[in-house]
Amino acid sequence: MAFFLLRRLGVMLITAICLTFIVFFMTNLHPNLEKLAKTQGNFRMTDEAVNSFLERNGYTQPLAVKYGEWIGVLPSHRDTDDEGKVTGRCIQPGMDAEEAPEYCGILQGNWGYSTVFKEPVEDIIGKRLALTGKLMFWVMMLMVPGALILGVLAGMREGSRTDRSLSTLSISMTATPEYVSGVLFIAIFSSSAVGLKWFKGTATSAMEDANLENFLLPVVTIALYGMGYIARMTRASMAEVMTSQYIRTARLKGVSFPNIVMKHALRNALIAPFTVIMLQFPWLLNGVVIVETIFNYKGFGWTLVQAAGNNDIELLMAVSVVSVIVVLVTQLISDIGYVYLNPRIRLS
Amino acid sequence: MEPLSTFQVILKILLILTPVWIGLAAIFALSITYKRRLGLFGKLFDSPIGMIGFALVMFWVLVAVMGGPLDMLVTHDALGQVSGMKNKVPGTPLAGAEEGEYAWYLLGGDNLARDVFSRVIKGSWIVVQIAPLATVFAFMVGITLGLPAAYYGGKLDTVISFLANLILAFPVILLFYLLVTPEIVETGLPSYMAMCLFVFPLIFLFLLLNSKFHTRPALRTPLLIGVLGVGLWLYFSLISDKGTPVSFMPSWLDLFDIPGGILVIFVSVVFVNSPTVFRIVRGLALDIKTRDYVAAAQTRGEGAWYIMLWEILPNTRGPLIVDFCLRIGYTTILLGTLGFFGLGMPPESPDWGSTINEGRKLLSIYLHPALPPAIALLTLVLGLNLLADGLREESLKD
Repeated sequence: MAFFLLRRLGVMLITAICLTFIVFFMTNLHPNLEKLAKTQGNFRMTDEAVNSFLERNGYTQPLAVKYGEWIGVLPSHRDTDDEGKVTGRCIQPGMDAEEAPEYCGILQGNWGYSTVFKEPVEDIIGKRLALTGKLMFWVMMLMVPGALILGVLAGMREGSRTDRSLSTLSISMTATPEYVSGVLFIAIFSSSAVGLKWFKGTATSAMEDANLENFLLPVVTIALYGMGYIARMTRASMAEVMTSQYIRTARLKGVSFPNIVMKHALRNALIAPFTVIMLQFPWLLNGVVIVETIFNYKGFGWTLVQAAGNNDIELLMAVSVVSVIVVLVTQLISDIGYVYLNPRIRLS
Repeated sequence: MEPLSTFQVILKILLILTPVWIGLAAIFALSITYKRRLGLFGKLFDSPIGMIGFALVMFWVLVAVMGGPLDMLVTHDALGQVSGMKNKVPGTPLAGAEEGEYAWYLLGGDNLARDVFSRVIKGSWIVVQIAPLATVFAFMVGITLGLPAAYYGGKLDTVISFLANLILAFPVILLFYLLVTPEIVETGLPSYMAMCLFVFPLIFLFLLLNSKFHTRPALRTPLLIGVLGVGLWLYFSLISDKGTPVSFMPSWLDLFDIPGGILVIFVSVVFVNSPTVFRIVRGLALDIKTRDYVAAAQTRGEGAWYIMLWEILPNTRGPLIVDFCLRIGYTTILLGTLGFFGLGMPPESPDWGSTINEGRKLLSIYLHPALPPAIALLTLVLGLNLLADGLREESLKD
């Protein structure tokens, strides 16, 4: 087990390094840097001004050096301007150049400075992640029980009318991407054209004070898309368990049907959905980005769009580190949990 | 002229779509008549769910083909703006309609005074063109890499699987934002990726034909020269585009130019989809390679690629066909996502994602510009999912 974990952690580390390097490479391509310089300075900058801006800020160094600086294994770039003032990534405003540390990458806990929000990256990420965490918590609270109930009800009597209608329902859920269901929900429940106006079409106010009126629609929008998929997996695994020998034995012994479902079948039927729920996290990130854009909820997904749209390199790097870690950790949890839930599988 | 009532709008739309209904009826009549001779496709007509799915998909395919290249169903120019029609509700008569023009905006006008109905129909052609083709390419890439990874195993498997997992761990939206921006297009990165990805269908075709016919050189050589010749020509025409760094073909030889944004979208959608296909193919092939008929072929001394492509691949067709339908639906969703974030597509493009994004900004007052494309996308993807479900059910029966 320890060896398995170590190996997995090693692979995860390599994956994370590769992925962040790819993001770093793409954000540091010359046209992107040029755009960054122009948004920082002004849009009518000459090529020379752009180049001197890039040079001053250390963007013209070789890619590997820049990446090393970002990680914190190479001393970071410094620039002395005409008046002898030293500026650099490590030197905070109001700090003396001599006192500033030489290394300041993510290993030293310095995530950099966002060029869009004009704030340290770690502050932004922390704040936005907390907001998205709140959203995700309620999504999970709605999605997981909903999907399991749907799936178990459909799968316990395969081929019945309940099964058919619930299966069709979950197929329709998976066929409705967030940007379609979000638009439909806003149209039905919050527009003045239909006139129901039960909920609010934006969730901006939910960032401070979440209540049913401003938070339900975004939560439901994300939850529905994932719910269909998990419900289908639960149904398949439930249907398979219900045909197995020990269920037949229990029925022949005269155990009542609710008892069979609750006590005998459920635990085994939940193994596959557990993995699926864990693997849904990366896809939920997609949903989060879309829903936060539609409902104007300024969380992590919204930050991703802002950072990517403005080529805010350090913020974008932090965003990708966080999302890659989320993906990899959930994969690991799903693998380990699978082994615990299903003792028949051994780690090799 | 009087505005149309809701009932009249529906009636008019049904009437305009007459050719689609005729086409659908013909397809269904033919398929049901000959369903016993059509194999898996024919069996689809035994399952009501599969039939509904097939009907939805065929509806959009017919609408797209008739509305797109044939230019039949559209009532107005999808890009044309008519003054006085801004945000008008469905059924509004056209302001200052001339002789020969269609007299109403059946589904109203959007915030740039364009006809919503025509835009939805034009948008369907974009989806129906790109989604299946991109899925085919993703399958070619996934199959060409997945089969050897499973068959040979070992280091090859480790390396390719690692790369696939790498792409899979990438948040899709971030990837799109990184790939599909004008700045990245300027560097030519998508064009180079297109060069790499689009070579896979050629490799696939070459391996497929060569492994089957290499014992008959008299047939194989001309066949390969013909197929690969045409394939290479198409390949070079596809990747060589004016205005991108990859532009080497003289224009008289270049068959077609893909409009800049479309190629990038195409590449990124293929790129995102192929690792998943790879994983599915690899999983299926790992299972099938232990079967007796594979061992028999190995004993006969068949080549590795023959076994992979002519023994293993045909036996994975059931799950692969089902996944193919699902994946087209998923690709449609991805295309919508791209349009929704305004990535890649030109701003006035009538594709569904962009239209939904434009419409949602005024959603609290005007519903009609956003709802038709949303419902269109929903029904198409639903159709594909139901079709896949029907196929799965029928293929499990025997």
